[in-house]
Amino acid sequence: MTKEDQVLVEKPKSKKAKDIEEKAGTVEVFIMGKSYKVPAGLTIMKALEYAGYRYIRGCGCRAGFCGACSTIYRKEDEQKLGFDLACQKVVEDKMYLVQLPFVPASKAEYDIEKIVPKDSTLIEFYPEIARCVSCNTCTKSCPQDIEVMKYIQRAIRGDIEKCAEISFDCIQCGLCAMRCPADIKHYHLSQLARRLRGKYLDTKSKNLSDRLKEIENRKYDTEIEKLIKMDKAEIMEKYKNRKIEAEEKGQGGA
Amino acid sequence: MTVIEGYPDYMLKSIKLVEEKREKNMSSPVKPMSMNSREDMLKKYHPDYMQGTRRKLKVGKDKGMLLYNGIVDLLESRTVIDPKDIDLSKIDYDVDLLIIGGGGAGTVAALFAYESGVPKENILIVTKLRHGDANSMMAQGGIQAADRPEDSPTLHYLDIYGGGHFTNKPELARALALDAPGIINWHEQLGVMYDRQEDGEFQELSGGGTCRNRMHSCKDYSGMEMMRNIRDQARNLEIPVLEFSPIAELILDDKGQIAGGVAFNLETFEYYVIRAKATILATGGSGRLHLASYPTTNHYGATGDGLIMAYHAGANLLDLDTIQIHPTGDAYPEPLVGILSTEKIRGLGAIPLNKNGDPFVFPLEPRDVESASFIKECKEGRGIVTPTGMPGVWLDTPMIEIIHGEGTIETKLAGEVRKFKRFGIDMAKQPILVYPTLHYQNGGVEINEKTETILPGLFAAGEVSGGVHGKNRLMGNSLLDFNVFGRRAGIYAAKYVKKAKIGKLTLNHLEKYNSMLEQANVKIDKSAPIILPEYRGEMAISRSLDIF
Repeated sequence: MTKEDQVLVEKPKSKKAKDIEEKAGTVEVFIMGKSYKVPAGLTIMKALEYAGYRYIRGCGCRAGFCGACSTIYRKEDEQKLGFDLACQKVVEDKMYLVQLPFVPASKAEYDIEKIVPKDSTLIEFYPEIARCVSCNTCTKSCPQDIEVMKYIQRAIRGDIEKCAEISFDCIQCGLCAMRCPADIKHYHLSQLARRLRGKYLDTKSKNLSDRLKEIENRKYDTEIEKLIKMDKAEIMEKYKNRKIEAEEKGQGGA
Repeated sequence: MTVIEGYPDYMLKSIKLVEEKREKNMSSPVKPMSMNSREDMLKKYHPDYMQGTRRKLKVGKDKGMLLYNGIVDLLESRTVIDPKDIDLSKIDYDVDLLIIGGGGAGTVAALFAYESGVPKENILIVTKLRHGDANSMMAQGGIQAADRPEDSPTLHYLDIYGGGHFTNKPELARALALDAPGIINWHEQLGVMYDRQEDGEFQELSGGGTCRNRMHSCKDYSGMEMMRNIRDQARNLEIPVLEFSPIAELILDDKGQIAGGVAFNLETFEYYVIRAKATILATGGSGRLHLASYPTTNHYGATGDGLIMAYHAGANLLDLDTIQIHPTGDAYPEPLVGILSTEKIRGLGAIPLNKNGDPFVFPLEPRDVESASFIKECKEGRGIVTPTGMPGVWLDTPMIEIIHGEGTIETKLAGEVRKFKRFGIDMAKQPILVYPTLHYQNGGVEINEKTETILPGLFAAGEVSGGVHGKNRLMGNSLLDFNVFGRRAGIYAAKYVKKAKIGKLTLNHLEKYNSMLEQANVKIDKSAPIILPEYRGEMAISRSLDIF
């Protein structure tokens, strides 16, 4: 087969779209130092692909959730490094790009069942957090704009709950850990904090435990069995006439 | 240089109308459709009913079955592995349990297989990309479980079955509904941080096609929060994972049992022979096949490999004549096209509106119906067309702030806010533009309540499996699916390995499949599974040489 046949488009493009792409012009990017001209308006990920790169590493969900495509960039004539996700950030002219597909940061191992959360728990598993020099480099390198240093400070003080809350949107790309002068493994630490909070600190649902007992006592077995045995017309009727909570209360519910 | 900042002027004009009519739109909502009008809407506007999107399969177990073209293309392709290239006498990994796929279903299966007595060193998770690179990680809205007193597993069952147009396998729908509260409880024990009220009860929202509010969420990172916990647990237990080494084909033994798979190291191009007493197929979906030319919300590796390799080995398929297009894929700005905006946005009260600022559909119809109504609105000229030619309708997100108070969007939809902020759009103040996008593989390899396929030794769970959702899945039931059936797969596979005995390994089924293709006289110009999609620029590909 010809290789062109294999090409799957990310999005079906109308002719009009192509015209506009041409009008938008091109930008020059440097992929690991090498110059390529790519259409303006592409994400870094799509720009690399346009240039002919085929991803194996450095590409995961393509939508900002998985942390596979963390990218370090610098624009010509700028001092500062930029940090972002290749799947979310749009290319700019004269951007120097390199991706970081893997982070060699060690994770503490633990049996979550055996931990009793205390003020000192986080620092016991990750003692290096005590070496935080409050330089805030972690926060500046976070593509999610999480206040990383702030949650490290909370962790040092033993505030598991806040550490978990502030770090919640972490996609575990590891850029923080790679930049930290104190070799802190921020994203592993906050994983532990969130698990401790979810397991031990948040109040549990009574409704859920009541329902579990009912299911254990097989309260719903006969009801569902009856639905399974119903003929199609009858169950369709039942489905059609069921009351919709969102409709009655206005949507959105609780 | 085009650095996109906010909406262009002509869209702002339409947004003006949205704003002017907002109060009225909130006070007079559109009612849900009757069953007949739902049916009518689907027939006229859903790709499942369009001419030319599907055709009949010419080979194998399900010969004559109607499937989407993109899937038939792959099933009518040569096997990607030539058995002559593989030396089965040297076993690289010899395990009790091979789990194909390191996403939600695979990882949950590993945890429960371990708990059911399979030693960790006898389990092997093999995955195409990294452990956790999966659609599971991307699910935003939440997970369904009937745990409120005003709700019941029976009602959940009725929603699943009706939402699937009464085509689900009832025993699978029952398992999904009845196991759900137990799954939430397991998550609590792992440490998943669910959104809760002050008294500890869950904040539960409505989803499309659900009759009770039973959507449990973790902000709009629900799947990520679950996957992070499950993966962390697997890492603490040191369950072996082989990354960047997708299984390309299954291995059988001389007794016709599934006996493992051939893995392909994407970085060194070596193959590995993996022998296993039981194999769990947890390869996920197929959004990256772009069926019916839709953009997709799926992760990079979602190329339907599991369907293909299982079919090569003799498994049967279900419900692949349907695809789930999610109504609210992003239509603007261009770099976000196809990416999902969660159904939770509608669950929280945002209403879809056309370019005149008028509502046209009940916001929480089942996904297929909701999508079809968006397509209709655009086809009839009441959508907004973006500068790149992409149609869309508004989703009036500022309504959420009016209903639930200022700041709700920031706290409950943090991921969405972040995504749009990059492009100068503040979704708390402005609506977002959406159009349906390919989201989910409704069907797949048929399983039973024990997640067994018709092939001895092969289990399947998660998106690759078929029968749970019938011809349409409801929101919040896919996170539930991978947990419920991943768990069952781990438990039942652990039972199976205790008595399984593997004979002599063979790949004869591949030769048979290829000769069957020749006899069927189909045009064969590809091989499958494809493992990764091809997105390189056409220019770059047309000039590439295969000399190194």
